[in-house]
Amino acid sequence: MSGDLTRLTAHAMADRLRDGEVTSRDLTEAHLDAAEAGNHALNAWLLIDREEALRQADAADDRLRRGEAAAHPLLGIPVALKDLISVRGGQCTAGSRILEGYRSPYDAHITERLRAVGAVILGKTNMDEFAMGSSNEHSAYGPVANPWDLETVPGGSSGGSAVAVAAYHAPLSIGTDTGGSIRQPAALTGIVGMKPTYGRVSRYGIVAFASSLDQIGPFARDVRDAAALLHAIAGRDERDSTSAPVPVPDELIDLPASDDDAAVGLKGARLGLPKEYFVAGMEPDARRRIEEAVAALERAGATVEEVSLPHTDYGLATYYIVAPAEASANLARYDGIRFGPQYGEGDALGNYLATRGRGFGAEVKRRIMLGTYALSAGYYDAFYVKAQKVRTLIKRDFDTLFEQGFDALVAPTSPSVAFRFGAKMADPVSMYLSDACTLPVNMAGLPGISIPCGLSEGMPVGLQLIGPAWSEPRLFALARGYEAITSGAEWRAREPAQLALTTDEAQPTPAERAAALAQR
Amino acid sequence: MIAAMPGLSRSDVEHVAHLARLGLTDDELTLLQGQLNHILEQYAKLAELPTDDIPPTAQTIELENILREDLVIPSLPVEAVLANAPDSAGGYIVVPAILGGE
Repeated sequence: MSGDLTRLTAHAMADRLRDGEVTSRDLTEAHLDAAEAGNHALNAWLLIDREEALRQADAADDRLRRGEAAAHPLLGIPVALKDLISVRGGQCTAGSRILEGYRSPYDAHITERLRAVGAVILGKTNMDEFAMGSSNEHSAYGPVANPWDLETVPGGSSGGSAVAVAAYHAPLSIGTDTGGSIRQPAALTGIVGMKPTYGRVSRYGIVAFASSLDQIGPFARDVRDAAALLHAIAGRDERDSTSAPVPVPDELIDLPASDDDAAVGLKGARLGLPKEYFVAGMEPDARRRIEEAVAALERAGATVEEVSLPHTDYGLATYYIVAPAEASANLARYDGIRFGPQYGEGDALGNYLATRGRGFGAEVKRRIMLGTYALSAGYYDAFYVKAQKVRTLIKRDFDTLFEQGFDALVAPTSPSVAFRFGAKMADPVSMYLSDACTLPVNMAGLPGISIPCGLSEGMPVGLQLIGPAWSEPRLFALARGYEAITSGAEWRAREPAQLALTTDEAQPTPAERAAALAQR
Repeated sequence: MIAAMPGLSRSDVEHVAHLARLGLTDDELTLLQGQLNHILEQYAKLAELPTDDIPPTAQTIELENILREDLVIPSLPVEAVLANAPDSAGGYIVVPAILGGE
């Protein structure tokens, strides 16, 4: 073995597996060791399943030895799953007390797909409860720290999945994105994260938050790896009737390896820069990183025109009606009768009130209350129907630009870099604003990708590319192009600044850090 | 319309909590009343937009119904389903009685 296996990209691991230089067991053990060593300081994992992962690794090694024809690039590669994805017989907490002790009776569609290609599931990652949050501070199992600065959040809701990849515990992970929950933590931890087109990936076996918005997508440290993971999980599944019968293009596993070839993909690309995404309150230095990225894209032969998405400013209010309304309906199923802990005195109503009152955390209760109110008699038209109409206007904004021939839109992923624990916990609206640049994309059902574009005062900044429906291959090619033209940049070579501290057992846990900050 | 909407009173918050079957403490109700009203103020912005002629969007991608073959396929085994239930007996989930009397 040469060097630290955890620093490799998944495609480099795949090459070494095929050359017989390493085994999947080697890779899996290296990542399990890293995850176990770093979890005290980071709390990215809710379950690290060594025994099962090694069993899968050995099975993958068998397949590799047999020289399986047409093996997927993910055969034998470790992957982390957000803990709202069902793995048969395993936990699936969704970051909530109300699912404590629950065991999934079946595999999610994407779990089946990952098993079929031979990926190795290392375990389950921490998350905001029911994927509601932008900082991972709303997990019932404690916050997650950002390896770039252990006093800051990693973003959310897929914070554990983002940190697992950023801190080299896994080369790949799965998240879900309802309003930015893949792209925003990818930006805040300096990695790649994509929310695919609504309908691209089956959600069978995934804990639902807001069903007209939720999508599953990949995290990785480079664009090719993210695309390969999407390739493995995408496609029609009759058990999720919103998964679309759209072919999964093999271009996703055939992105250019050479930077020169990748950069060519930017020549002649027509990109729009939506002015409304430079929102009031956006950090000036983060904004400069986006402007520098735009300049680099132009130098590489892309044309970038300023464009307008005039209803952007209505996105937040629209989202915070539609998403809580759908959540309040989806979360009605948590009643303590069929699964999960049950509290109460023995009468049906008392049991519901006690089980839900004790089982859900503060943010989930807030959203259920908002959604229940927006759907209640007398307010349904004023709130819910109104929001659905504004949703039409938001979607038309995007449609208009893509009909004019833009290949993609370029924007910030997040108005800020990672913030300190507690900074936004007292004011829910300030937390909600973290997703101002990502949630319109979910409202319109479009694919969006966040890729690292530099550092602001030492913290990662994410560049977002948004494309028309089903344009993931083009979006990945553009993202790969940007990655190629910045491959020599100084910031690309940097590892998370406090990574070395994460394996020190004497360091405080993220919960202890958050408590100490609250005292200051 | 939204702009003219009065804020949520304490009893409104209690009513919504009851509809949502959330047992909340007094402190939670107090905190939520303030926070929900602050969030509802953000909604008022939507009233600026004329939307009478705009159709609502519930679903963003154009999908047509796909009918599957009418085949009987196995469901989860009963034991697998009951394994997660707090209480079960004779192949059923045990729930509290919801009707009074004998």
